[in-house]
Amino acid sequence: MAKGREHSILLDFLRRLVRNRLAVAGGAVVLFFFVLSAFPHVFSRHDPNRIDVLKVLQPPSADHPLGTDELGRDVLARMVHGARISLKVGFVAVGIATAIGLLVGLVSGFYGGWIDAVLMRFVDIMLCFPTFFLILAVIAFLEPSIYNIMLVIGVTGWMGVSRLVRAETLSLKERDFVAAARAQGAGNARIIFRHILPNALAPVLVSATLGVAGAILTESALSFLGIGVQPPTPSWGNILTAGKDNIEFAWWLSVYPGLAILFTVLGYNLLGEGIRDAVDPRLRGR
Amino acid sequence: MLRYIVRRVLLMVPMLVGISLISFLVINMAPGGPIGIAADLNPKATAEYRERLKAYYGLDQPLHVRYGRWLGRMITLDFGDSFSPDGRQVSEKIKERIPVTLAINLLSMALIFFIAIPIGIYSAVRKDSWFDRISTVAVFTGFAVPTFWLALLLMILFGVKLGWLPISGLVSLEHASLGAAGKIWDRARHLILPVLLAGFGGLAGFSRYMRSNMLEVIRQDYIATAKAKGLPERKVVFRHAMRNALLPVITILGLSVPDLLGGSVIFETIFAIPGMGQLFYQGVMSRDYPLIMGILVIGAFLTLIGNLLADVGYALADPRIRTE
Repeated sequence: MAKGREHSILLDFLRRLVRNRLAVAGGAVVLFFFVLSAFPHVFSRHDPNRIDVLKVLQPPSADHPLGTDELGRDVLARMVHGARISLKVGFVAVGIATAIGLLVGLVSGFYGGWIDAVLMRFVDIMLCFPTFFLILAVIAFLEPSIYNIMLVIGVTGWMGVSRLVRAETLSLKERDFVAAARAQGAGNARIIFRHILPNALAPVLVSATLGVAGAILTESALSFLGIGVQPPTPSWGNILTAGKDNIEFAWWLSVYPGLAILFTVLGYNLLGEGIRDAVDPRLRGR
Repeated sequence: MLRYIVRRVLLMVPMLVGISLISFLVINMAPGGPIGIAADLNPKATAEYRERLKAYYGLDQPLHVRYGRWLGRMITLDFGDSFSPDGRQVSEKIKERIPVTLAINLLSMALIFFIAIPIGIYSAVRKDSWFDRISTVAVFTGFAVPTFWLALLLMILFGVKLGWLPISGLVSLEHASLGAAGKIWDRARHLILPVLLAGFGGLAGFSRYMRSNMLEVIRQDYIATAKAKGLPERKVVFRHAMRNALLPVITILGLSVPDLLGGSVIFETIFAIPGMGQLFYQGVMSRDYPLIMGILVIGAFLTLIGNLLADVGYALADPRIRTE
């Protein structure tokens, strides 16, 4: 019986989500970029790293639909392969941030007292550092690589999630079903992970979806500044660096990668808002 | 009110200690500790420099003694000497860069305030109108636009294609030879794009925030009362609703300081503006480690000040807070 009820809640949620046209549009964009990064060769037959000095900075043409870059590489191919990098960074970074945020929020909210006080003051202090400053400072100590970027964006981005989860936990732990579980002899770990965590997941899902958008923006900004994904690995951000260097002759290097970032981020934002509305209609319109 | 401010300022002390502790840990957690980083990553670090650093950080001392010293130095804003060839004091280098960054951020805050607030109010008052729908779409797009990309596009359009605006620096090469009015105009022209871009991220967020505040306030009983009294809509909107909806905006304005500072790295680098963000970027690129730590701490400190101003501003505007 419990199974059936869960099922209908999920169906209900999906029905509400599908009714939201903007969320569906966002989901479609998200899906499109997933397919793109799963099958890059279908979308561009050129090798993203093939240098051709005879074809440097060519405007869009039939052979190179989005033109070529300063080394004669096909821009469409680099963008298609760059999509995979951006998504990877976005998902891993958000995964790290969400894991830390969940842990801190659950522990803080559940145990309360001095543990809560210490953890939340730590969150307050972390929030004092401008995130971008913190990211750059840590990267200055590490080598800029795709893995360090994921790690740094994740480790500096968990504070919001932890506050969210703490608030949920505070209210959930007072509920009757937690008292019932405790009366049946469930330990703290069981209560936290089996009873509180699943019920606190909805807002976390929303913030993670929006977080992917933010992480992709941050990665592209870092790569643009030359301290993110390093060439020759293609990323939307580092194609834009070439765009800036050739701003007077090659507009296509600046326009297309930015559009890709814009649509991806817009897609995740719309989907995230849609999930929020579908999970809790009261929050609609913020 | 004075008591409130004093209490609020005292609350900053433990936060400052925490900031110093975290910064200290960031340095010491890095592989090899401060000297390892400084010497390995900076080709200019000579043996003599290593010795100087060792003395500076007192690495022969236990951790808590070192932290105490770091804290003491931080309070007097002594972050050591920069690794860059000029070898000047970090605090001095930061001091001369701060005004530019603050000026641009204040201008962009003003821009946000005078554009986003009216948009938010109008969207809320005319909810579901064409204006509201278009501004909602614009807001969502605004959230998704990478600022540095927009900067590139505007540079291509206004700088390269149309040639209307300069795309780098704060003044033109011939600035010194211009008259007084010419100098002001020259500066203004250089500031247009950076200020617009520094404020861009905030425009979308603030108009959305103002809209939802207004929608919330409009539902209140005193608005219905004001309308029932027969007050004209303009009066109800501006006298009764707007004032209350603006209150939380003060807080958000203060909380947006870290984002604005972070954004300054990007637009100052793109437009070659000699501010704190550009200095930080140069520091990261050259691994100028005392400079990085100095700016990190100053950035956190400015954020604290922003929060303080927001809280005090809120208390000034809303008497209910003070009596608490």
